[in-house]
Amino acid sequence: MTIGIVVFPGSNCDRDVQWATEGCLGIPTRFLWHESTDLSDLDAVVIPGGFSYGDYLRCGAIARFAPILSSLIDFVNSGGKVLGICNGFQILTELGLLPGALTRNQKLHFICENIPLIVSSTRTEWFEGVKCGDNIYLPIAHGEGRYQCNKDTLKKLQDDDSIAIRYKNNPNGSLNDIAGITNKKGNVLGMMPHPERACDDVLGGLDGRSILQALLAK
Amino acid sequence: MPNFRANIQVSLRPSVLDPAGEATKSAAIKLGIRGLTKLRIGKSIDIEIEASTKEEAKGQVELLSDRLLANPVIEDWTLELFSDDLSIDV
Repeated sequence: MTIGIVVFPGSNCDRDVQWATEGCLGIPTRFLWHESTDLSDLDAVVIPGGFSYGDYLRCGAIARFAPILSSLIDFVNSGGKVLGICNGFQILTELGLLPGALTRNQKLHFICENIPLIVSSTRTEWFEGVKCGDNIYLPIAHGEGRYQCNKDTLKKLQDDDSIAIRYKNNPNGSLNDIAGITNKKGNVLGMMPHPERACDDVLGGLDGRSILQALLAK
Repeated sequence: MPNFRANIQVSLRPSVLDPAGEATKSAAIKLGIRGLTKLRIGKSIDIEIEASTKEEAKGQVELLSDRLLANPVIEDWTLELFSDDLSIDV
């Protein structure tokens, strides 16, 4: 049981994720350079936060064409689990594995704080141990996290019960307070908050643990 | 092979909030600009491309605009294509 963390030029949360998965949770973890394509030994893949390719053009727009992401589409189609955190979420929307787009925060600020979130769906394994409506606390750190999609897409997300977490006090202007969504199948989760920064009491919270543990749930 | 030049304008869709445009608009008003009712910020991309025909050039640039330069979920784009060779009518 091994997970992989994709590393792009400009990723900067890759080691934080490794510290959380391997150091805090004991999950065997290896890094995946963006030019590699072999995911055959992996049970799950994390696309970490950061500024892949300097966020040039749009966040995630250039990363989307990395060789590893072609393999990732096959990986997802065959049921593999993928977690996109922050820039990873932006990349998953650019890639089309999740709908919508992440745009500039309403008030332009880069927001870096520990915030309350409401678990909106426990349909998938990512939030299995939590109750719908529960509050969890995770850090956010982004300038472009305002979720946007058209009305039809929003309706589909709601009908499919795919809005996983919402902001309690919407910090960035996200549509419908959306902080994280899953695909219909439930094996892909994209979220702006950073679960890897909430896996140790010393850092002020443990609410990220169950999300990362779900990488290896059956 | 003929050389073509293209300019692609990428803009946020009208329904998508443009916070950078709003902030710039408020600064423009502080500057004393009168009568300003709209300010939206987009991107302008200049490219040069070789192609045997203008249709080929247009097809390539349209693909580029739609798949990479703009994200159709939140952005619109427009294209102008020019030829350096005056005998090619674009």
